[in-house]
Amino acid sequence: MISKKIILGALLSAVMAVGATVGQAADKRTKVGFVYVGPIGDHGWSYQHNVGRLAVNNAFGDKVKTTYVESVPEGADAARVITKLARSGHKLIFTTSFGYMNPTLKVAKRFPKVKFEHATGFKRSKNLATYSARFYEGRHVAGLIAGKMTKSNVIGYVASFPIPEVIRGINATFLAARSVNPKVKIKIIWVSTWFDPGKEADAAKALIAQGADVIMQHTDSPAPLQQAQKNKVWAVGQASNMAAFGPKAQLTAIIDDWNAYYIQRTKAMLDGTWKSQDVWGGFKSGMVKMAPYNKAIPANVVAMAEKAKEGIFNGTVHPFTGPIKDQKGKIRVPAGKTADDGMLAGMNFYVEGIDATMPK
Amino acid sequence: MGDWLVPALLTIITASTPLVFAAVGEVVVEKSGVLNLGIEGMMIVGAISAFAVGVTTGSATLAIFAGAIGGAAVAFIFGFLTLNLLANQVAAGLALTIFGLGFSALLGHGFVGKTFPGLPKLEIPIISEIPFIGPLLFGHDILVYGSVIIVISTTYMLNKTRVGLLIRAVGENHDAAHSIGYSVNKIRMACVLFGGAMAGLGGAYLSLAYTPLWVEGMTSGRGWIALALVVFASWKAWRAFLGAYLFGGITIIQLHAQGFGVEIAPEFLSMLPYLATIVVLVLISRDSSRAKLNAPACLGRSFHEAG
Repeated sequence: MISKKIILGALLSAVMAVGATVGQAADKRTKVGFVYVGPIGDHGWSYQHNVGRLAVNNAFGDKVKTTYVESVPEGADAARVITKLARSGHKLIFTTSFGYMNPTLKVAKRFPKVKFEHATGFKRSKNLATYSARFYEGRHVAGLIAGKMTKSNVIGYVASFPIPEVIRGINATFLAARSVNPKVKIKIIWVSTWFDPGKEADAAKALIAQGADVIMQHTDSPAPLQQAQKNKVWAVGQASNMAAFGPKAQLTAIIDDWNAYYIQRTKAMLDGTWKSQDVWGGFKSGMVKMAPYNKAIPANVVAMAEKAKEGIFNGTVHPFTGPIKDQKGKIRVPAGKTADDGMLAGMNFYVEGIDATMPK
Repeated sequence: MGDWLVPALLTIITASTPLVFAAVGEVVVEKSGVLNLGIEGMMIVGAISAFAVGVTTGSATLAIFAGAIGGAAVAFIFGFLTLNLLANQVAAGLALTIFGLGFSALLGHGFVGKTFPGLPKLEIPIISEIPFIGPLLFGHDILVYGSVIIVISTTYMLNKTRVGLLIRAVGENHDAAHSIGYSVNKIRMACVLFGGAMAGLGGAYLSLAYTPLWVEGMTSGRGWIALALVVFASWKAWRAFLGAYLFGGITIIQLHAQGFGVEIAPEFLSMLPYLATIVVLVLISRDSSRAKLNAPACLGRSFHEAG
């Protein structure tokens, strides 16, 4: 029995050591840590955050040492990983998934001298800032294109979890698509995971079998796009340019670009000007970008998409412009107004016309 | 019946096939008295081995073999540790999973973003065209048929052949098997390698046919489901097959139900396959004497020649 315990203990500590790839070298570089929910090879969400980390490396060279921990489950395990980073001398720690919100807050309280940044959350404190990107701006552009390109008038949406972030994306897509195609419908399948290529592909297959000819996704792997390519329908890439997985199918992709933000915040930490804040960047700040449009999209549709993008950039177009009603017909955004950030951040209703029930 | 039914049933087949391979392999391993918790690790190494060879050589046949060899190679490490060095099987199995996930990421470094055309479908002219039955029974890739053949031949092998008798003897009472002159650890090693090759094939199916791409961690816990299916199947290969299809079926049906607007919480629907597994598990094991009868008596126990 004792030997079992020793082996298990050794194994666990080995796991922790490997898991937390935390260098213990006593160098003078300031340490910045990143926690990712998926593998950096997911070619989506975590991949793009890691691209941002590498940009920090490039920008600061010898002054900063970055470390990362990938595939960290949301919940209690996250708190352990974040604590480990804080304890091992990291001065700035980015936690990059919604589910890290409470663990990050908890650890931030215990390490008041360490700066924390949590992506896509809404809980802040003196040493905990939040940041996110206005992906719905990209969804708006993608929705316009999807509305024009669909022949079956069914857009299929592979969704992860019913949180405001995801619901906002569904609404933005649908409002944009409806605005250019009154017949368009949206079918939504929730897969209850951020990353499971097989299940994401299965959901895409189900959507295609049920008539969808444009597949959009709010999950992290390129599998839905690949299914679209296989079944000769359209798709919109998620988080990074996924064209390699479906060069014919990808209409465009909504790209997250964290590089500038990570560099700016690391610099602020080094300068001592770091303050807790809430940043929500879109096209204008460069946090959201569109991948090159598919050559099969007619020129007038591309022009429409570009115009919308420019409008959002200049502030003349807002994806959530009233009148917007919810499914019960209640007016949520009055005519002539646009949704404010508070409403966007807490969005928990489907807009009128979406023929589905919100999961509770 | 709408146009969606055939695609839905086809999806069930693809969703279940990797589980069939992995679970049937583990049935044989556990029948020989070895508990290998490293299915996930063997699967993912199989997935990257197959994908890497497939992309590099362009040959689907070589890719499939590479998947099996990759899985068996990692299984060999496990076999060496637990059978030769008598390491704890549970710990070594867990370590194998963690090792496999990391090692596959390393191997797959240059293959992220590459694509593979998928496995060729075996079409039979005219017969494949028969509505409904045609596309369901024909036109699959070789691994789908392979999984069925493996189930049948494994069932036969375990129950009707001398080799099967030896495997069961070693799993039920290794001392007795040893005393009548059989090499317990050699037989077990062969089973471990077989299990690794099968898990590797399951992984190969993922990266070659299911979603022909490589992404880290793409097995997403399927190895653990396969492990549960073995208990679910009370160590019978054909039941593992049924279990895999039950699990795959419920997973796919719940996705389709959502598309049709069935008003059930998706979290509940996602839970269903696991719930069904537990319910069946309770049902088949309620008679504890029968459950015990099926579990190999030496499961998880190391064999030491001297003692």
